[in-house]
Amino acid sequence: MPLAPATKRNLVTSALVAPAAAWLFVFLVLPFIAILVFAFGERAPEGGYQAAFTFAQFANLGSRAAAFRNTMMIAPVGAFLCLIVAYPVAYFLAVKASPKYRLVLVSLVVVPFWTSLLVRTYAWMYILGSRGLPNLLDMVGISDVRMLNTPGAVLLGIVYGYLPLMIMPIYVSLEKLDLRLLEASADLGAKPLSTFFGITLPLSLPGVMTGTALVTILLLGEYLIPQLLGGGKVFFIGNALVDLFLQSRNWPFGSAIAVTLVAVVVLVLLVAMRIAWRFAGTRQVDLV
Amino acid sequence: MRALVSAVYLFLYAPIALVVLFSFNAGRNASEFTGFSTQWYGKALSNGFLTDALINSLIIAFTSATLAAVFGTMAALGMERLSPRARAVFDGLFAAAIVVPGVVIGIATLVALVEVFAFINPVLASLWPGERPPKIGLGYGSIIAAHGLFSMALVTMIVKARISSLGRDIVEASGDLYATPLTTFRQIVLPQILPSILAGFLLAFTFSFDDFIVAFFVAGSKTTLPMYVFASIRRGVTPEINAIATLVLVASLVMIVVARVLMRERKAKTAATE
Repeated sequence: MPLAPATKRNLVTSALVAPAAAWLFVFLVLPFIAILVFAFGERAPEGGYQAAFTFAQFANLGSRAAAFRNTMMIAPVGAFLCLIVAYPVAYFLAVKASPKYRLVLVSLVVVPFWTSLLVRTYAWMYILGSRGLPNLLDMVGISDVRMLNTPGAVLLGIVYGYLPLMIMPIYVSLEKLDLRLLEASADLGAKPLSTFFGITLPLSLPGVMTGTALVTILLLGEYLIPQLLGGGKVFFIGNALVDLFLQSRNWPFGSAIAVTLVAVVVLVLLVAMRIAWRFAGTRQVDLV
Repeated sequence: MRALVSAVYLFLYAPIALVVLFSFNAGRNASEFTGFSTQWYGKALSNGFLTDALINSLIIAFTSATLAAVFGTMAALGMERLSPRARAVFDGLFAAAIVVPGVVIGIATLVALVEVFAFINPVLASLWPGERPPKIGLGYGSIIAAHGLFSMALVTMIVKARISSLGRDIVEASGDLYATPLTTFRQIVLPQILPSILAGFLLAFTFSFDDFIVAFFVAGSKTTLPMYVFASIRRGVTPEINAIATLVLVASLVMIVVARVLMRERKAKTAATE
């Protein structure tokens, strides 16, 4: 008996989404449930996990306060520095660059993001290390400069690593900008600066928001940059996690930190979306 | 303005250029270029640990990207046909796969798999007829699975964007001309979304090939290339690492440039038809 068309359609749809659904369930939902369960458990004497129901792991979060403090301070500052460097570049690409070279220039920004962050961070380790810049400074008489393993080095690595991710959303929002608005503003006697703050900046805010949220969220889980450029002195939540799981094998406590980190990421995301919605709302009102 | 932007481009590329330059340095000194030599490439490529790690990385990147390209495309096509609520669930899960930090994905996958193995292995042992029952553990499979998660989300996102800009009329016309749905898919839909699928595959390959943190947790006894590079960096900066770093850079550069060209062609074509 042939299947009814509606049934057949449903079967095809299910077959199409089934592998991805299974993957998402087994390798995303299930692992998250696992760390949630572990976070309320106890550390077995030999390491690993022992079943229990206790809030002790969460109560103990304070013992890793330094990692949380570093992450919560350096991530937003890093994102802000990224924004300051990224905005002029995005503006140039969208408004000033000649269309002939625009594509190449945009590609040159995107490409580094898809090359190994490990290698790009290593490059700065190489430059800031004792045989790099400090060595050159030593030759001109400025000795004993330490650059590696400082908060400054971590911030530099952050700006370097995440700059492309900040430039792109701002570029996209500025690209949609109607240049006639800028001309009109100038014709009506506005100074360039007031045109910028009155028109360009407000219209590019969605891109600024997206970029800042994206970079901040990714930075909250960063491991490589603080590890390589902070040398254990400037460590993030990610570094504390690696330490807890692979060195001291305290899986329940590590799980509690991981769950907290996800909660922070979700919170930042919700706040960012909230603000983005508000901007979208006012823009619509303005249009009417 | 121009000067400022040039400075930023210099900032983006000078450090990479420096690593590439010093990978060809004849001497060991990191602050002095003493002559041109390819000896460090020779040293790197005759290092058995390194070539093993490279082969592992290639196998994992190829397999996870292929699975992601196939299943991700299927999901993108299927999601079109789902109810809005089911589609929202998928969108949310795919977004989570991208947004949740790699370090958390790595840890959570490790925890879950260790528990699953602890449950499965005894069962497997009791059912196994022979003397030595197989034991499943961390390795290729777990890295491919964890990389596949992010990659699938990536491919689905890229292909979905392409599908949503696809003209519906041509698909309907094909149906009106009595083409079967399969023929319509093969002759109309697939050729149009193929560049996006390929671009997704290449980006997924690049992600897997460059990922350190996820593999670091779920690799078991296997070593991937970024894991090897990371371990070598911790032992100290050497010209040999510069050579390996350059090879890694070139590999991802080729991938990303091809991926961008594929995505550009698609955009150009869409612009032309419009």
